[in-house]
Amino acid sequence: MKFFSSSRSWPTWLRHSILLAIVIGSAAIELRSLLSLPVAVQSQPILKALPNEEDIRNTARIVDTAFEAAWNQNNIQPASRADTLTIVRRLSLALTGSIPSLQEIRELEMHPEDERVAWWFTHLLVDRRSSNYLAERLARVYVGTEDGPFIVYRRRRLVEWLSDELYANQPYDQIVRSLIDAQGIWTTNPESNFISVTVEPDKGPSEAKLATRVSRAFLGVQMDCVQCHDGKLDSNWKQQDFHQLAAFFGQSGFALTGLCDDPKDKYEFRYLRQKEEKIIGAVVPWQPELLPEHGAPRQRLAKWVTARDNKPFARTFVNRLWALMLNRPLVLPIDEIPLNGPFPPGLEILADDFSSHGYDVQRLIRVIVATRVFQLRSDSTDPNKLLTTEAEQQWAAFPMTRLRPDQMAGSVIQAASLNTLDAETHVIFRLKRSIDVNNFVQRYGDVGEDEFGNQSGTITQRLLLMNGNMISNNIGTDVLTTAAARISLLAPDSSTAIETAYLAVLTRRPSTMEAEYFSAKLAKTQENKTRSIAMSDIYWSLLNSTEFSWNH
Amino acid sequence: MTTNPDPHFACGSNFHLTRRALLKGTGMTGLTWLTPLAELLALEAEVAPKGKPAHSVIFLWLAGGPSQLDTFDPQPNSKIGGGVRAIDTAISGLHFASGLEQTASIMQDVSLIRSMVSKEGDHERGFYNIKTGYRPIPNLTHPAIGSIICHELPNAKIEIPTHVSILPDRWPARGGFLGAEYDAFQIGDPAEPIPDVQPISGVDGLERRIADLQVIEHAFARGRRPDLDQAKTLHQVTMQKAQRIMSSDQLKAFDVSKVPTADRAVYGDTPFGRGCLAAVRLIEAGVRCVEVTLNGWDTHANNAEGQAKQVAILDAAYASLIRDLKRRGLLDHTIVLCGGEFGRTPKINLLEGRDHWPSGFSMLVAGGGFAGGRVIGETDSTGEKEAPADPVHVEDLHATVQHLLGIDSSKEIMTSIGRPIALSDGNVIHKLEM
Repeated sequence: MKFFSSSRSWPTWLRHSILLAIVIGSAAIELRSLLSLPVAVQSQPILKALPNEEDIRNTARIVDTAFEAAWNQNNIQPASRADTLTIVRRLSLALTGSIPSLQEIRELEMHPEDERVAWWFTHLLVDRRSSNYLAERLARVYVGTEDGPFIVYRRRRLVEWLSDELYANQPYDQIVRSLIDAQGIWTTNPESNFISVTVEPDKGPSEAKLATRVSRAFLGVQMDCVQCHDGKLDSNWKQQDFHQLAAFFGQSGFALTGLCDDPKDKYEFRYLRQKEEKIIGAVVPWQPELLPEHGAPRQRLAKWVTARDNKPFARTFVNRLWALMLNRPLVLPIDEIPLNGPFPPGLEILADDFSSHGYDVQRLIRVIVATRVFQLRSDSTDPNKLLTTEAEQQWAAFPMTRLRPDQMAGSVIQAASLNTLDAETHVIFRLKRSIDVNNFVQRYGDVGEDEFGNQSGTITQRLLLMNGNMISNNIGTDVLTTAAARISLLAPDSSTAIETAYLAVLTRRPSTMEAEYFSAKLAKTQENKTRSIAMSDIYWSLLNSTEFSWNH
Repeated sequence: MTTNPDPHFACGSNFHLTRRALLKGTGMTGLTWLTPLAELLALEAEVAPKGKPAHSVIFLWLAGGPSQLDTFDPQPNSKIGGGVRAIDTAISGLHFASGLEQTASIMQDVSLIRSMVSKEGDHERGFYNIKTGYRPIPNLTHPAIGSIICHELPNAKIEIPTHVSILPDRWPARGGFLGAEYDAFQIGDPAEPIPDVQPISGVDGLERRIADLQVIEHAFARGRRPDLDQAKTLHQVTMQKAQRIMSSDQLKAFDVSKVPTADRAVYGDTPFGRGCLAAVRLIEAGVRCVEVTLNGWDTHANNAEGQAKQVAILDAAYASLIRDLKRRGLLDHTIVLCGGEFGRTPKINLLEGRDHWPSGFSMLVAGGGFAGGRVIGETDSTGEKEAPADPVHVEDLHATVQHLLGIDSSKEIMTSIGRPIALSDGNVIHKLEM
């Protein structure tokens, strides 16, 4: 089989296992059901109103009003509302890192039009893929993408813990307190990896690295640029501010019980133009009245960072989550939010709502999704009034951004499988998916922590999408392993085949012109083999389109 | 000077399938490159080093941290020597560890820095530092020096990628804030076919598929800015460039299988040796920057044995590369750097290994305006002092390479986080200049 011959780097046992699973698991009748709507599919119960739905909508309306005022002031005409499938695709990419499967689209379309977005959102929130994906995105902010010191650091354990916390919708302030004030062994207390990733040989946790992470990830300020001296890059921060924050980690170290604090330890540093090191006291950079008087330094810092009245904390997470949902933060740079404004429309409203509702992450996602901005089109319906760059900058249109490498890999693999690849998928298929994604991302190039740069595609990426193994494996003519071949074989007519391919890859139906063009192409094929090749061509073109590679 | 890192691309609005049409598109692209190139040429006149500036670079990265004490800075008969045996080199008074006989014989064309210092003792951070000249910071990726060179010295004549990474480790050179289009094009052992350049459906199939693609692109373009591709997505631009690469005769430069057996043999029958041979051929074809990685230097245990094994691979490949560049008249304008992200400790640990040591490690520099036969810096023969004499900071090496290429390293680029960052914040090491 071509699929396996081109996967020669895999162990034989894996290839054989996959083959066995495919043969057992692939019932043609089940696949056929995906090719047309009338066939009944198992579905979750139709969604009733989510709790606090009206409250969510009201908050979203307040955010909308703020944006609309800015558009009016700048005389900007916003785009119209995007269609449901486009919004569903955005949600899926933001929460799972992959486009929706054909199976999911079929289930979605069993519900009334006006309930679909809400149903889809609920569907994703209970899907373990969402917490896993968000955990990975947040872990990049908290500990980066480095492997770190192996002896005391397990990134994977931290990501799993974060995923569990997000899945249980634990309050965000509680999650952050756990990270800053973590204790114990990095394997059994995964949150302690936030500290242990900074360990330097023979020195223990790095106070400076931790101050950098805390200030950027949780407070939205870049104090580390004054680590060496004042006044760097026109920063208002002083060298002293940074090192006084670092001093909260001066007692952190390791004992037999793992990460702990030793009150005897102090943070010492030699300031610029000083002759000697001196002990630096732990002082917070603003609102000292929020700092508890008693407790271990990290415990006090954790409470100060997450104090209800410490507004930069809520603003920072809102800005980050907005960026994860819309691929661009409200404030750029993402970790440099002015302490006293001015703030862009929406930020203060969302931050206040977030803190006043117990730092409920799922609620914040729901509010963002309910905003008009999230649901706007990225293009104009009037060819005579195209959207301007300024309109996109002012959030009067959904920003077009390139899929991140992991989203690209996940989407290629999902497009090639008509069924959903999720936690319910057989472990062998999940293993294969994981290997494929890792190989693809390695070659495609990971963006690391710099996730919201305005990146265009590279030659390496283009060649990989045109000719790479993952593409050739997933668009081939093997009916057991590729969606293209299955659609070609099982679709009752050319029109259905084209529509199915478009839904599976681009999450939309073809335009009239596209449907006519590709149906005619398929209709010319007489034999299954040539039809299969033609469908493989169409799949290649869909996967290599701008539309597939960009979030729109 | 502050500039934005916008890519200087332009193209026609439609896909073109014929080679003639592609070349026409290339011409258009080239025209848009002329402006920054002209600016650079004018700039070069102001900052150019003595003689004609270099225009290409080869980096030989010795990944894992080679031991300076078992390579270019041996301390035989000392408590930190680890039983190393020293040999003479072409430079009087300069000694190398045994096993580097071929490299020793060409040192009249090569200079040695024995006092490289960095603040990064972790592999990933160390590599980031040595490749970019900057220490890692959150939320911003600095460009590798190869990316800077390609950004500053574009070469419109070449059809294949101008920045190539052979046998990349986990951290191949990246464009960082200059943009992903400056990422290195990665290949493995040059004995293997170049990845992803053969159309999976054959040439006819590719044309058929691209014709289909136009229909989908047309539908997506409706209601969007007409300059979306040129100004933002670069989709058609990269598609055209990819097709140029796929059909280019210059791809032969990657293929070392046609090189006479004797010429290949002198590099050693290893992936790294073949990588060095391919690097020479790529530079000759007009590629700006090639990095070749030799992994396996991280000898926390059995240091002497592990280093000797890697030294054997390095010696033949490195010496042959320098000789070949010189013989082909390429060395004068090609800089060659060879070293790791840090060195290894003077102290030998309980496993007979050496650990990470960023406080005084070695780097070979040659060609492109670097003088030959000079030695900079000195480490402590007792291993008790951390700082070497006459230390050379990583950023200073970067500034020097850029200077020799005629690039003004003080030039600032506006980054996505709203801050201008200089190409390098180091100082040029003039005593290494020819």
